[in-house]
Amino acid sequence: MRNALTIARREFAVYFTSPIAYLVLAIFSVIFGYFFTVGLAYFMDYSVQAQASPGAPPLNVNQYVIEPSLGNMSIVLLFLVPMVTMRLFAEENRSGTIELLLTSPLKDYQIIVGKWLGALMLYGCMLLVAMLNLSVLFFYSTPDWRPLAVAMLGLLLMGATMISLGTFLSTLTRNQIVAGTLTFGILLLLWVFNWVSSFESSTLGRVCEYLAISPHFEQFSRGVIELKDLIYYVSGTALGLFLSKRSLESLRWKA
Amino acid sequence: MIQVEGVTKRYGTKTAVDNISFEVERGEIVGFLGPNGAGKTTTMRILTGFLPPTLGVASVAGFDIATQPIEAKRRIGYLPESPPIYPEMTVEGYLRFVASIKGIDTKQVSGRVDAAMERTATSDVRDTLAGKLSKGYRQRVGLAQALIHAPEVLILDEPTSGLDPKQIREVRQLIRSLAGEHTILLSTHILPEVAGTCGRVIIINEGRIEASDSLENLTARLEGATELLLDVEGPRADVRPALASDLAVRGLSEQSTQGGRTVWRIDVDKDDHAASRLAAVVVNAGWGLHGLRPVGPSLEDIFLKITSQEAPASEGGDAAEPEAELGGEEPAPAEPDAAENNDADADAAEPAEGSDR
Repeated sequence: MRNALTIARREFAVYFTSPIAYLVLAIFSVIFGYFFTVGLAYFMDYSVQAQASPGAPPLNVNQYVIEPSLGNMSIVLLFLVPMVTMRLFAEENRSGTIELLLTSPLKDYQIIVGKWLGALMLYGCMLLVAMLNLSVLFFYSTPDWRPLAVAMLGLLLMGATMISLGTFLSTLTRNQIVAGTLTFGILLLLWVFNWVSSFESSTLGRVCEYLAISPHFEQFSRGVIELKDLIYYVSGTALGLFLSKRSLESLRWKA
Repeated sequence: MIQVEGVTKRYGTKTAVDNISFEVERGEIVGFLGPNGAGKTTTMRILTGFLPPTLGVASVAGFDIATQPIEAKRRIGYLPESPPIYPEMTVEGYLRFVASIKGIDTKQVSGRVDAAMERTATSDVRDTLAGKLSKGYRQRVGLAQALIHAPEVLILDEPTSGLDPKQIREVRQLIRSLAGEHTILLSTHILPEVAGTCGRVIIINEGRIEASDSLENLTARLEGATELLLDVEGPRADVRPALASDLAVRGLSEQSTQGGRTVWRIDVDKDDHAASRLAAVVVNAGWGLHGLRPVGPSLEDIFLKITSQEAPASEGGDAAEPEAELGGEEPAPAEPDAAENNDADADAAEPAEGSDR
């Protein structure tokens, strides 16, 4: 575990010694800030209308602000995750530093988990930025923190899955652009799969829908933990890490 | 300390390393000599656990690298052909990272880092970004990285490639100073490099070991002796002195006898006419000459073959006068080498710039 943490710390530090962390966090701040502001503006609009019709129950902040702004996160991640994960292994494959890691007394899974964790830590910073935005609500309103916490857990799981896939795809090549493009393509495919159910109700359609990444977050964003969603994200992450390990092993046979 | 038994590595149909076996004893410095593409790097990568062999067993410090990789890797310090340096880290930060992944206790990391930097004279660049180091410093930081966990075995892949003559001398001194505490296997394609540092030499070419011997023995053989096999039909008692009378003949032994025919194994000095003179001796005496041929390629031939594959004219000169040696300057190999390394550098620097800036 210590070895994996050492590698994770290095990966995390590298994001901040290069422009990647600043770029990703800046883009995320702007886009999430936009979603949040727009959501808040709508909410205020509705509130004014609701006051005009007496007897209506007060509007729920969780439902009208937090849920939609976090619901849009999957689109942002679609673009930012490849930027974060593409260098993880591709850069080392290109520069030859992978030789240092593979000839050190490390197990393959320690290297992979370390790299994945390093990227996940940067993603954690993005979630902190989101929390910073949402914390404003607590000053002027009384949102329920429990569904928010569940939604954050859901986001963490969704990010972990996407990052593990990106980690795997980065092991396949020594070219970061290839790794990034592959990651983006596959995440996009997994994203559009949730449209399939709208025109295709066969088994294939249901399979596609289940495979899609973002629908599994819907229940989380409402504050509901469903076992099938939990299983989807945990097994998705495990699959990504497992494929990375296999790929790293095959790298030795090919090299 | 290092044992290699019947190791073969194939890539598809291409055989990079073909059934090689050798041993390195504790405290030895062994030079691994051969042209680029001979299989040196592949062998070293197999020894360090970076590549698995197709066939055969390699073990370091008694641990089989295939079945006990962690134990074995703990005892190996490895400097690959291009030092595995992260350009965005400082030298000190990099060495701390390496110390940590090599399994050094957190409390000891600082001490080990300082010791390694002192040993390789890199203390003055401790706060420099590794990507901004000169080639010489990169190589030394690479050595510091290999030394940091005080491994029993050091495996150095072309530790002096791409350095200028002064740096080459410094690195060689450093390697010599490491002898004794460490068992060292270093590879090179430069002949004098071996003379400067190694106690024993393994010559590898086209994936096979061509020779493995101490430097003195190799040099003795290199001075120009070849062997001839001479198949003569005639009275042995007469043939022997007749052959031995030739000035070029150093030694004479009977390899096999069949009826009146004897196959003689003759050590001769390097002399283009020795064979024809010996043939004349036999024919003039009226004996039957059934065969006369040189035995295998001589070591020098191997050397010539090895070295001429890279830079025919200039490096051939190196091989012809091995004892001329050692000014610390290898004008011939230095040039193609430098070009090669610049390419490699440009290659390595490229992604960093592409992605980070």
